[in-house]
Amino acid sequence: MSELWPWIALALLGAYHGVNPGMGWLFAVALGLQEKSRQVVIKALFPIALGHAISIGGIVLLVGVAQIILPEPILRRVSAFLLFAFGLYRLFRSRHPRWVGMRVDFKDLVTWSFLMSSAHGAGLMLVPILLNWPASGHVHHPRVDAPLPGQVTGSPGLLLAAIGLHTLSLLLVTGAVALLVYEKLGLALLRQAWFNLDLLWVIALMMAGGMILVF
Amino acid sequence: MLLWKPDSTFYPSPRLAMQAPAEGLAYVATIQKGKPDALRVVDLNPNSPTYGKIIHSVEMPYIGDELHHFGWNACSSALCPYAPHPYLERRYLLVPGLRSSRIYIIDTKPDPMEPHIVKIIEPKEVMTRAGYTRLHTVHCGPEGIYISALGSTSNGDGPGGVFLLDHYDFQILGRWEVDRGPQFLGYDFWWHLGYDVGITSEWGPPSLFENGLHLEDVVNRRFGHRIHFWDIRRRKHIQALDLGDDYQMVLELRPAHDPTKTYGFVGVVVDVRDLSSSVWLWYREKDQWAIKKVIQIPAESADPEALPPILKDLKAVPPLITDINLSLDDRFLYVSCWGTGELRQYDVSDPFNPKLTGSVQAGGLVRRAPHPKSGPLEGGPQMVEVSRDGRRIYFTNSLYSSWDDQFYPNLRGWMVKVDAKPEGGISLDPNFFVDFGEVRPHQVRLQGGDSSSDSFCFP
Repeated sequence: MSELWPWIALALLGAYHGVNPGMGWLFAVALGLQEKSRQVVIKALFPIALGHAISIGGIVLLVGVAQIILPEPILRRVSAFLLFAFGLYRLFRSRHPRWVGMRVDFKDLVTWSFLMSSAHGAGLMLVPILLNWPASGHVHHPRVDAPLPGQVTGSPGLLLAAIGLHTLSLLLVTGAVALLVYEKLGLALLRQAWFNLDLLWVIALMMAGGMILVF
Repeated sequence: MLLWKPDSTFYPSPRLAMQAPAEGLAYVATIQKGKPDALRVVDLNPNSPTYGKIIHSVEMPYIGDELHHFGWNACSSALCPYAPHPYLERRYLLVPGLRSSRIYIIDTKPDPMEPHIVKIIEPKEVMTRAGYTRLHTVHCGPEGIYISALGSTSNGDGPGGVFLLDHYDFQILGRWEVDRGPQFLGYDFWWHLGYDVGITSEWGPPSLFENGLHLEDVVNRRFGHRIHFWDIRRRKHIQALDLGDDYQMVLELRPAHDPTKTYGFVGVVVDVRDLSSSVWLWYREKDQWAIKKVIQIPAESADPEALPPILKDLKAVPPLITDINLSLDDRFLYVSCWGTGELRQYDVSDPFNPKLTGSVQAGGLVRRAPHPKSGPLEGGPQMVEVSRDGRRIYFTNSLYSSWDDQFYPNLRGWMVKVDAKPEGGISLDPNFFVDFGEVRPHQVRLQGGDSSSDSFCFP
């Protein structure tokens, strides 16, 4: 079970990111409505997922490098502090990159999604999982003096699988929501159901910061 | 960040915005000779004892601002998918002075009936940070507030342009355009958000209008006669369309509200050759923008004795189209004829072939048509605003202080209401007449949004 939980958590976070209209499904719906084509909605989902994966991947790599150069306890404190600080910053300054433009191609959408995910600190939410990766299972530490267990970043294959699973989960959820809104629910839903995910998001970031210290 | 749900006055599409509840209040920009300008609040709730009355007045601390057009800090464009800000609030009115270049930020909370000034951006700051003067149109964009300006120096020369304000703290972010190309004159500004295209129109440099109108400037075709298209992603000029210099003063821009459509209407004040006024349709043709005259309203001949000095030699009343407004379903276009005292309604379901479906008269240079609750009226239909459901239209009668004095030397301010039938046809509401007296009312903004306040990213 302890080997499974990080995977489940990664997938759940992917779903959580996917539900947020600001992460891409709303853009996909708008593009589809503009062109009056479901095909356009579906086609927009892939660059959005790719941009998200690149953003997440950047954080995962950063954690990997940090695990090599920083002692474990310091890394934990620094990460917790950063997450908390970022959450507070977003609480009082809910801004995101100034993007103008509905006429977007594949490359634009990848860039847009990357910017949005990064600015919202999507990847940061994965940090507690990365820092508490269970030692057993696929990860082997041939060297005796290797840092203590729990380094998903030590294995490129595992690392790609982690990013892949998170992104796949995001893609499925964001795609399902986009198509549901485009085909069935319609835009009136936005007025009622667009719950302030940004506020929840801030809470999630801060909780993630706390979790690093607790576990 | 503080709201748990999007502001209930934000609608993803113009179609949904038409289902909005009826407006309860109007905010009206007003000027008065020798006294401070004011934002006045008119009660529009028919069940209220003060219905149709001015219930509050927010006086500016200075004299001579010339309040003119104004707009909200945030509107439905906050739901645009590429820059969603659903938790912004439609709360502050940004009210610029056309003459002073000052910007007042007026808070409509906690009591929308008694708004108050919370911030003043002085002209010097606008000049230093944006490089512009003579502020005109305010539009709430997806990622900030856009304001158009007619001048860029203190003595009233151009170029006019557009600058941006932050929609959280109202900091001026600077000049908007990166490459203005051949554009020099400014006036109105709006966009086709679905196509990343902005549009600007041309009145004239402030030195040409600030101290009154000189007919020789019109005859010599010194006013603007073009509209400009912009790439709003790259802030670059992409195309200029010249209507021909016979068409003087190209003013209000009304693009289709549906973001998938690629056309819009613009009003032209006067054709130098025959004093007629016209409305033009711009539209996309292949990869270019094109423009075509779709409405022309002729001048009416008149006894020179009945005309103000500025028009005596012309022996005619020009219609003077000074404002137009498009209902949210892009179906009805309202056209103000300030000279002849007529408000026209056109069915523009086929934008290339507008059909006249209604007309009401109020004021006019010769006719001075009365309202059922008034005597003969001075001034004519000028700033016109359409409710979100398209059923009620409000208009006021003042144009611009120095021009009012030339055309209607005895102008007294008023605001009236017009009822529109769903299938077309309009009539003056005989019970609604707001007498502003010495005060001259200009633009009207309706509480919660109206047909020229919001932009939409969804069809």
